[in-house]
This record gives sequence, structure tokens and C-alpha cells, in this order.
Amino acid sequence: MVSAHAYAVVTEGLRKRYGDVMALNGLDLAVPAGTVRGLLGPNGAGKTTAVRILATLLRPDAGRAEVAGCDVVTQAVEVRYRIGLVGQYAAVDEVLSGRQNLVMFGRLYHLSPRAARRRADELLEQFRLTDAADRAVKEYSGGMRRRLDLAASLILTPAVLFLDEPTTGLDPRARDEVWEAVRSLVNEGTTVLLTTQYLEEADRLAHEISVIDGGRVIAEGTPEQLKSKIGGDQIDVMVSDAAHLDHTAGLITSVVGQQAQIAHRERRVSVPVTDRVAALTSVARALHDAGIEAEDIVLRRPTLDEVFLRLTGDAAANSPKEKVA
Amino acid sequence: MTIIPAAMPRTFVGRLRWAVADGWTITLRSLAHWKQQPAQFLITLMFPIMIALLFGYLFGGSMVVPGGGNYREFLMPGLFAMTMLFGVESTMIAVATDASRGVTDRFRSMPMASSAVVVGRAIADMVDALLVLVVLLGCGVAIGWRWREGIGDAALALGLLLLLRFAFIWIGIYLGLVVRNPESVMVVQIVVWPIGFLANTFSSPAGMPDWLGMVAEWNPLSSTVAATRQLFGNPGWGGDSWIAEHALLMAVVWPLLLTAVFLPLAVRRYRRLSL
Repeated sequence: MVSAHAYAVVTEGLRKRYGDVMALNGLDLAVPAGTVRGLLGPNGAGKTTAVRILATLLRPDAGRAEVAGCDVVTQAVEVRYRIGLVGQYAAVDEVLSGRQNLVMFGRLYHLSPRAARRRADELLEQFRLTDAADRAVKEYSGGMRRRLDLAASLILTPAVLFLDEPTTGLDPRARDEVWEAVRSLVNEGTTVLLTTQYLEEADRLAHEISVIDGGRVIAEGTPEQLKSKIGGDQIDVMVSDAAHLDHTAGLITSVVGQQAQIAHRERRVSVPVTDRVAALTSVARALHDAGIEAEDIVLRRPTLDEVFLRLTGDAAANSPKEKVA
Repeated sequence: MTIIPAAMPRTFVGRLRWAVADGWTITLRSLAHWKQQPAQFLITLMFPIMIALLFGYLFGGSMVVPGGGNYREFLMPGLFAMTMLFGVESTMIAVATDASRGVTDRFRSMPMASSAVVVGRAIADMVDALLVLVVLLGCGVAIGWRWREGIGDAALALGLLLLLRFAFIWIGIYLGLVVRNPESVMVVQIVVWPIGFLANTFSSPAGMPDWLGMVAEWNPLSSTVAATRQLFGNPGWGGDSWIAEHALLMAVVWPLLLTAVFLPLAVRRYRRLSL
């Protein structure tokens, strides 16, 4: 059904105000079907508000939103048949067992008792919860709860899955499990909208990222595009002797022709470069000639953290209306 | 496996069938809770039984009952009604727990009837109240309480008690949605206790300072207690104020009034979650 629409999620000029706070201030999104879109932004940027509107939990004050081809306000029930929602808490009944939870949610999706039980068994198997199926959820580990939560969102194999900070508070292993589950879903054609504060998560999972700040999109693109947007590559030199830092920085600045930055605590000198390998070679030669011992020399792309801080920092420094992207 | 969901019903009857089915699923969920943790259910029962024994045997000897009747026979209707009142806590905890854990949001993001969460909760709590009452009646009989006015009046008294519980369901749902945090129930407990005792449950309003006696008489709990004492044929305080003379009427009016105020408030609060 979704394949008829090129975009699984579309918002136009979405606005939502809480008292004096403008949570969403004209949010525009278009997520192609079958892809993972990361919504990245600081606390209070409007990520959760956006997800709550798209999942029919909140009404927008203005603007329009469509999920799987249905309007979230006028066709809310149709939307609810086509979405799964994984919020910040594992939204399952802690007293009931994993199986009881899945059967109950299946019944509430209006499956017959038999179909609900069969679907519960399938999902328990798929999320490796069969052994724990009849134990009360309060005895589950954090990762198991999350997997059950995810399973409950997938009872109808939704066209669009909303993940609102799905790995907050999970240990690395549980986080990997959630990521794995999300990847296999996407392989089966589900569109995923993922909010996160972890740039690594967005980098690893998302095809495209929308950076949100002040309730609107301030930058958009693939992780690679966003990284190259703030000036491509960078060389880091870690020196053995902190006394050489200033000398090293001066040397590198003159070789590369860009101002090098010093990070004293890390004993590191960083400089942005354009001609990657040539710059690396000349920096290494200059250090060698000057007799400075380097512990490590790294040529790298900026991390998404750097992109993120740079973009949101810019947005805060400039007029909030200015669009970086 | 691809699941093909039932399409959304377009007719009124179809939607009603949905609402009934979904409400029943939520009811079964609450009933399953008791099966999963029977200890909790027993603790709920232990409390009024403990009070019955405490007051019936410990303090009962020194209590003088109007008309010289049996104190324990006087006591039980008060305990029945007080147990109905304390039910407001369990309703509130259940609602606040769902709200704080995101379960309410999950329900609201699903294509289920929007009435189901509230209706299911109400039905389950009424079943719970009926069960508790039956156990308490048995306990009362064991310590010498009797109904003396025939089975019809006794049934009517039970109906009044359940009506009171019904009214408190809406207060519980409303408060649960307002606080959205099961830990805050402590605050409500502090308020519920005086309401339970500041009534004709254990002692006569006539023996209290004037203003306090008046508050106790106008406590909705007092009307239900006085009316059920009357219907069970148990000794009561009587009293010559208007409210004391119209206990039976007010035992119907009070719960209906509370429901009329708190049911719309609870529904509105639930709807406003999407604003």
C-alpha cells in the first residue's frame, strides 16, 4: 500500500505551541518510503513533539502531516493501523507476561484470539523471548523489555515505525540488539523515523538525517553530506611532549595554510585540510625535519558530533530564522 | 506472516461492537493482574478484615451502640463503605502507572476504541469491588454480623455500596490522569484516610464538635453507611438533621452527583492528553 506513495512521512509547516514555548515552528519533513530517517537535535528541539503528532497522540496547531498516505488528524484511525510506536519507556504491562502482553495488544488490533496468539508466538520467537515468554515482564532485563516493546509495535507489520530515543538507558549489548532488529525491519520495507541524541546511532542506522533545533529543520542530508558540509577532512597530530605543542601548531599552520588548533589536554594539534593525502605527507615530512616526535597522525572526517555542535551552535548564534541547510 | 487487519467499521453497530470487544480486552487485562499477583489482592482484603477485628474486639467492648445493639453489627456497614472509598487508591494507582510508563500512549496510538481504556478499567474495578464485598460479608457473618431485613433490602444495600464505588472510579481515573505518577498516591492516601474516619463509620457525629459533626454528616460516605445500616437492619446513630433523616435518598444522590462531576472531568482529561 505504501509503495503507491513515494514518501511514507510528509509534514508541511507543522506548528505546536505549549504556552510560551514554540515546540514546533514550521517543521517540514519528507521521508522516502523504505528508508531510515534520523531526527537529531538537542533536548527541547521538538523531536518528541514531532513524533507524538505523527503517531496521532497530539494535534498540531497548524500545518499538515501525512503518514503512509493518511492524514494524522482527519484519518487518525487509518494511521494507527499503519504505524508502530516505540517511545522512551518500554510501554508494556509489567505485571503480565511477555506473551500475555503481545496477545492483549494483538486483540486490541482486532486480530481474532487465535491469530493474536499465533502472532505473539512468532514475535516471541523472532525477538528471542520464547524462553521468557511466560515470565512477568518486571523480571525482564532492560534489553528484553525493549525487545518486547519493539515486538508489540510490530504486531501488524507497520508501514512506518517511530522510534523515540529507543536505546536511551540501554547497555551496549542491548543497544546492538535493538539496532539489529531495526535493520532487519528496514530490509523488509518498513520506513523508520528515529529520534536520537546519540550521533553514533543516527550515523549507524539512518540513511538521511534531519537536524532539528528550535522546532524546525536546520540541516538535512546523508551523514556523509552533513559531515562534508562543515569543511571536509581534518588532520590530528598527537605529540609525545606537550612542550612541543605551540611549535607544532605553528609549523602545521605554515605548511597547510590553515590555522591549526591546539587541544592541550589531549596533546593534540588539529587542522582542516582539503587535499587529503598531499597535506598528510607534507605535515609528516615537516614534523620529521623539525625533529618533533609524533605519537600519532590521523587523517579523518569530522564526527557527526562536531557537525551537530557546529550546526546547532550556528543556529543559536545567528538569527533563529536563518536556515543553514 | 503478513497480518491483514480488520477494516475500521463504518456503521454505528460495528463501532459499538469494537468498543465492547476492546473494553472487554482491557477488563481481562486487569483481571489477569490479580491472577498474576494474588498476594496484592489478599493484602487489599486483609486491611478491612484487620480493621473489623481491631475495632470489633479491641475497641468494641467500650463502644456503646445506640439502642444497645451489638457493636460489630454496627461496625460492618461502615467497613463495607470505607472499603469502597479506599478503592479509589487502586483505581488511581492503575491509571497513573499506565500513564507514567507510556502504556496509555501505546493504547492511544493503536486503532482501538478510545472508550475502551476507561470502560475496561471501570468494569474491572466493579468486579473487584463485588469480590471484596462478598469476602467482607462472609467475614462479617463470621464475627456475628447479620442482615435482618430480608434479602431484597440486603441486595439494595449492596447496590448502594457498589454505586459509591462506581462514583469513586471516576475520581480515581481523574486523579490518576492528573498526577500521572503512581508515587503521588501517597498524597491521596493522606486525604482519603480522614474522609474514611470523618464520618459516622465508627463514632457518632453528634458526639463531635458542632462544625465537625456537620462535616461528618455531609460526608458522602455517611449517607451510604447510614442507608446500608438501615437496609441491613443494623443499629445506627439516627440523628435529627435533614441529611441524617434522608440517608437513603442521599446514598443515591451523592454518588450520582460525584459521577456527574468526575466522569466528564475524567473523559475530558483523557481527551486533553492529545492537545
